[in-house]
Amino acid sequence: MQYLISVIDDGTGPATPKEDAAIDAFNDRLQAEGHWVFAGGLASPNTATVIDNRDGQALFTDGPFLESKEYLAGFWIIEAPDLDVALKLAAEGSKACNRKIEVRPFLSA
Amino acid sequence: MIDVREAITRVHHEEWARVVAALTKRFGDLDIAEEAAAEAFATAVERWPADGVPPNPGAWLTTTANRKAIDRIRRENKRDDKQKEAQMVYDDDPPEPLGAIDDDRLRLIFTCCHPALAMEARVSLTLRMVGGLTVPEIARAFLVAESAMGQRITRAKAKIKAARIPYRMPSAEDLPARVCGVLAVLYLVFNEGYLATGPDTDPIRHDLTAEAIRLTRLIRALLPQDGEVTGLLALMLLTEARRPARVSASGELVALDEQDRGAWDAALIAEGHRLVRERLAAAAAGVAPGHYQILAAINAVHTSARDIRDTDWSQVLALYDQLVRLDRSPIIALNRAIAVAELDGPQVALATVDRLEHQLAGYHAYHATRADLLRRLGRSQQARAAYDKAIDLAGNTAETAYLTRRRDQLG
Repeated sequence: MQYLISVIDDGTGPATPKEDAAIDAFNDRLQAEGHWVFAGGLASPNTATVIDNRDGQALFTDGPFLESKEYLAGFWIIEAPDLDVALKLAAEGSKACNRKIEVRPFLSA
Repeated sequence: MIDVREAITRVHHEEWARVVAALTKRFGDLDIAEEAAAEAFATAVERWPADGVPPNPGAWLTTTANRKAIDRIRRENKRDDKQKEAQMVYDDDPPEPLGAIDDDRLRLIFTCCHPALAMEARVSLTLRMVGGLTVPEIARAFLVAESAMGQRITRAKAKIKAARIPYRMPSAEDLPARVCGVLAVLYLVFNEGYLATGPDTDPIRHDLTAEAIRLTRLIRALLPQDGEVTGLLALMLLTEARRPARVSASGELVALDEQDRGAWDAALIAEGHRLVRERLAAAAAGVAPGHYQILAAINAVHTSARDIRDTDWSQVLALYDQLVRLDRSPIIALNRAIAVAELDGPQVALATVDRLEHQLAGYHAYHATRADLLRRLGRSQQARAAYDKAIDLAGNTAETAYLTRRRDQLG
């Protein structure tokens, strides 16, 4: 079972060196224990571009699709047998990156 | 016919949680378990009047529910992996021995009370899946519309499934945190038993109060150091102890001041008092008591008085003051006002109660309390109107009878 762990930022900006070190250590643990699928940090929301090509005429719009105080700053995709394991890992992830995070399951096949 | 209906009601109270727990364990899906259990009981309602009650109703229900679940899975063809295929064998084995049953029910409780669910969803889901209460009964217990309650339960089950909330006991380190939500649920189950709602149900459902007490005892055995578990058990025991005096021979609720205190269960009171003393000792040693421990202490004061006139109301009020600091619930403020009425008179109490109207206008006890205060103040006209509202909202048959007599006795 895979879970998306979204890192929610509310304007604190990029991670500090101390936070980066904690995130690296957490990532190492995820890999060592077989939970790691993928992870990445994202550039700030104002670097985003929204594309709408539903009618075949691609329209490009500058900025994020949703203007909000809180935004997605990065994410982990983890493998976990159930939500209890995912929540434990997420709690550690929140501590490591020093941000609020959201856990959401992928649709299972 | 009436005997069969009574038997079905009794079997429902006794077997519902066990059937749901067994099916959840087997199929790994609360939704399937609940629906199949409900269908099995519906089949019992259809067949038992003609066929008679089977010798082992629990086994009959589990077998029937298993068949219903398998039929549904086959119909929907949702479970096609090998593991599920392996389970798709009709299983007519007798039910598991009692020890395993208890464990399954507890597992079911912790799943329903998972912290990833909103508190109100945990409570509703547990009442449905473990308590076997119907959606209308739960809706009434929470003062919300039936459709909203149905959606709340459906959403909770969908989240358990999609996010894979596990069906197992929490780890020892997680246990204390997980217990808090469980206690809230058990207290609500107890209250539904102690003041059962619905025109077709007994005014007191001893099965629910007994079930709540049984599960609370079980959790106390697991967590003997948790003061709130002990507090809740004491509260339940001291409340349950008054049950024999609570409904008159004519089926009318008997208020605390009119109860025959000789009919109270002395053994339950002694056990409850012993537990309260245990927590008082802990409080003296500096452990701040929680919500349930204070409520238990209030009930210990009531059950210590041989006569209503011996009640130490100032002690009751002091405990309510302590409770209000912990819990801003308007229902606690309402109950506090009853102690205020004894100490400062009904006029002062009524002023407090009236301030709760916007929060409690849909709650029968608010109108019943107001009615009683207005009656004591000789304001018969207003008392009558308040009794009317209380009678309208009260779902308990014994309480309705009591309120109706009080209204009809007004000058």
